[in-house]
Amino acid sequence: MSTRIFGSGIKRREDPRLITGEARYTDDIKLPGVLHMAVVRSPYAHANIVGIDSSAAEAMDGVVAVYTSEDIGDGLAGLPTAWLIPDSDLKTPEHPALAKGKVRYVGDGVAIVLADDRYRAQDAADAVVVEYEELPAVIDPEEAAAEGAPLIHDDVEGNIAFRWAPFDKEASDAVFEAADVVVSERILQQRLLPTAMEPRAAMAQYNPATQELTLWCTSQNPHIHRFIISAVTGLNENKVRVIAPEVGGGFGSKIPCYPDEALVSWASIKLGVPVKWTETRSENYLITIHGRDHVQHVEMAASNDGKLLGVRATVYAGMGGYLSTAAPGIPTILHGLLYVGPYTIDSIYCESIGVMTNGTPTDAYRGAGRPEATFLLERMVDNVARALDMDPVELRRKNLIPAFEDGYDVAAGLTYDSGDYPAAFEKALDMAGYSDFRQAQADAQAQGRYLGIGVTAYTEMCGLGPSQVAGAVGFQGGLWESATVRVTPTGKVQALIGASPHGQGSETTLAQIISEELGFPVEDIEVVHGDTTETPMGWGTYGSRTTPVTGAALAHASRKLKEKARVLAAHLMEANVDDIEYADGNFSVKGSPDQAQSIQDVALMAHLAWNMPEGMDPGFEESQFYDPPNFVYPFGTHIAIVEVDAETGEIELQRYIAVDDCGPQINPEVVAGQIHGGVVQGAAQALCEGVIYSDDGQLLTGTMQDYCMPKADMFPNFELGETVTPSPHHPIGVKGVGETGTIASTPTVYNAVLDALAPLGVEQLDMPLTSAKVWGAIQAARS
Amino acid sequence: MQVSMTVNGVAHEADVDPRTLLVHFLREALDLTGTKIGCDTSQCGACTVHLNGKVLKSCTLLAVQADGCEVTTIEGLAEAGEHHPMQTAFWENHGLQCGYCTPGMIMASAAFVRDNPGASEAEIRHYLEGNICRCTGYHNIVKAVKQVADAAAAT
Repeated sequence: MSTRIFGSGIKRREDPRLITGEARYTDDIKLPGVLHMAVVRSPYAHANIVGIDSSAAEAMDGVVAVYTSEDIGDGLAGLPTAWLIPDSDLKTPEHPALAKGKVRYVGDGVAIVLADDRYRAQDAADAVVVEYEELPAVIDPEEAAAEGAPLIHDDVEGNIAFRWAPFDKEASDAVFEAADVVVSERILQQRLLPTAMEPRAAMAQYNPATQELTLWCTSQNPHIHRFIISAVTGLNENKVRVIAPEVGGGFGSKIPCYPDEALVSWASIKLGVPVKWTETRSENYLITIHGRDHVQHVEMAASNDGKLLGVRATVYAGMGGYLSTAAPGIPTILHGLLYVGPYTIDSIYCESIGVMTNGTPTDAYRGAGRPEATFLLERMVDNVARALDMDPVELRRKNLIPAFEDGYDVAAGLTYDSGDYPAAFEKALDMAGYSDFRQAQADAQAQGRYLGIGVTAYTEMCGLGPSQVAGAVGFQGGLWESATVRVTPTGKVQALIGASPHGQGSETTLAQIISEELGFPVEDIEVVHGDTTETPMGWGTYGSRTTPVTGAALAHASRKLKEKARVLAAHLMEANVDDIEYADGNFSVKGSPDQAQSIQDVALMAHLAWNMPEGMDPGFEESQFYDPPNFVYPFGTHIAIVEVDAETGEIELQRYIAVDDCGPQINPEVVAGQIHGGVVQGAAQALCEGVIYSDDGQLLTGTMQDYCMPKADMFPNFELGETVTPSPHHPIGVKGVGETGTIASTPTVYNAVLDALAPLGVEQLDMPLTSAKVWGAIQAARS
Repeated sequence: MQVSMTVNGVAHEADVDPRTLLVHFLREALDLTGTKIGCDTSQCGACTVHLNGKVLKSCTLLAVQADGCEVTTIEGLAEAGEHHPMQTAFWENHGLQCGYCTPGMIMASAAFVRDNPGASEAEIRHYLEGNICRCTGYHNIVKAVKQVADAAAAT
């Protein structure tokens, strides 16, 4: 073992099974005797259930049973909301697995059908006759919070689920009153469909003899799923095994525990046979959580010489028909605390109002609250620049927090870990050739072509997070991770982790950490995840936390093993421990390099335990629970250059430059992949993605034909750069990078387009910036 | 209804419900689960296979319509235990993350490059419009396909 593996863009360990089609995702797993579940779903956004007649369905070939909420009775508790934000008068309305008397969004489950085949199950679901009394529906969160809006839950007065405003309003008001300039904008953060390529699926197998339930499901956090499934079914947690096999992307949408997962579990317990459910894409768009959905009233205060003084916003956040698992924490803790961004802004204020609507429940979607904060901040900085007639780059430069290595307190109450924002900023500007761009833009305009540039400086809070903070902000769980490094007698490694990666390449990057620490070749390291029985407890993969938190647990566990190995090697070589030198997986005695023990030799001897130092236990395995002392704060600067065709409204994204700093990069290719994908996801929010509901709550963008997913031909090759600022509190200095692309790219692309449109007189547009909308705005400005 | 087809070189005969989609037949009856389902409107391309050598989204065809045809799925793309060059290129270029769109991407790209050696980046991006990936931002997929296209043009 001589190649240095840390920092190398090696090929991914998970790919051989994925490129050959051999990987097994939930729906690929077959059990004999399985029944297929189909769910009868509400076609109305808001209605009372008058009656359900399932007799025709029950008589159909292959149908075993039809069940409603009445049949379930108290067999399933309601789905819990697990982020109980404090000081917000939070209401948590009941979320039954099947609707009781009333449906609250299109797709709300009303009954389940169990049949021997998935086609027959769906046929029978279509044959269940449900009589509804339709009620007025409301979709827009601001309208739902207004007086006279239809009431969605009797116990949520005015549809207000919470009102969160932890900052000093008087102090904020004073800053705005004294400021030279105040700009304001109403920003719509449109609803988005997460669209993991693998739709959700769940299969439950209850064994009546052992009273054990196994649930295979598309989960980002199988241990949380076990926790919740145990709670809703009443089974002891040690009788529930949750397995997240191969999982085809999540982006937050596979964090929550959904009714479907509870229903297959209940049905399997009830019938004593395995029960499987797989959603279609159309069903996914109706019932799997949506993201964003904010109406924001935002203001920014500045002085005439371009000092940013304060940000304040009132946010109406649409929660949908029920409060999903983590929903209350997203537009609050993960949003309002981010209003300082990378700037020296001393005053922030956020009032976030969580509103029940008749839309699909919302929850964490890639970035979760932080993209919505970064967008409003970056949008307002550009607005201030326009108001002051200042170059937006110069304005940003003037307000960036100077470089710091170990802690910087900001007005939000957070302590940023480390950052050199100016370095990333200048590097990105150099790569983009900003100093020449403005001239090129003017030249193009003289020829009737409209170029625009958007520049975003960002930082974000991820690597969630210290458990003490989680408790203080009402998160009903810890945010630590645990890991075991287990070495077999033949010197092969199994790393067991509680987190549950689903596309991030963690089987590779985590193996690289272990390889770096202990010298095992990366090919000899298997990272085991996704099965609650095989792996130690962990809180899951989201919030860009697996590399920083699980990675730290593995680094510490590896270091414990290394220390044990050093002592054992010294004993075996009859040397003093202080004389043992370590390099590349070999322990040698200082001054006599031919006397050496490899890590594999030591592992074997630790297992044999024939000759151990006094007091040393046999075996070669160490575990570590790791609770991070702080979040990590990656940062960077993204730049987009676009051209808008004034005659068609079409936008061409010509260049995209991203300089990101996530500390030392374990595998630069994996990091780049995270940024590429994140940038497209965020840029697509600016350019094409957006949920459309009819006024009565019908989802009009209910298939991939109607919802504009980003395609390969919409993007250029991306130009990536990096700076490296280690996190001071992390054993290997790394920060998360799973969400940075999505966080930075939406305002970058949006501001670039608005920059291009400025000479045409268009100053504001709601996302997404479709060509029809842009063309219409140009026409309106001309007339 | 009786249907017979050769899948990955193996002859199969089966009695199927006439409405069975080819993709469900492959996944359920033959247990060839490498072919994925990512949508229900033929947009995403996760179910892409080769039918008599041509690219096909297998959710757009009934199994009975493939009667007498030769089908190749991702499981049959490798030859003599060697990865197809497109599989190798996806691996080498980090052209995948969660892997769910990957079988369809590789099947579509393999046929495209076979028919269009030396394809340009713009042509590749245009062609891949029929396959959706949520993870990679397409950057490394395009890189992988371009690598194979360039190699195909050179031979």
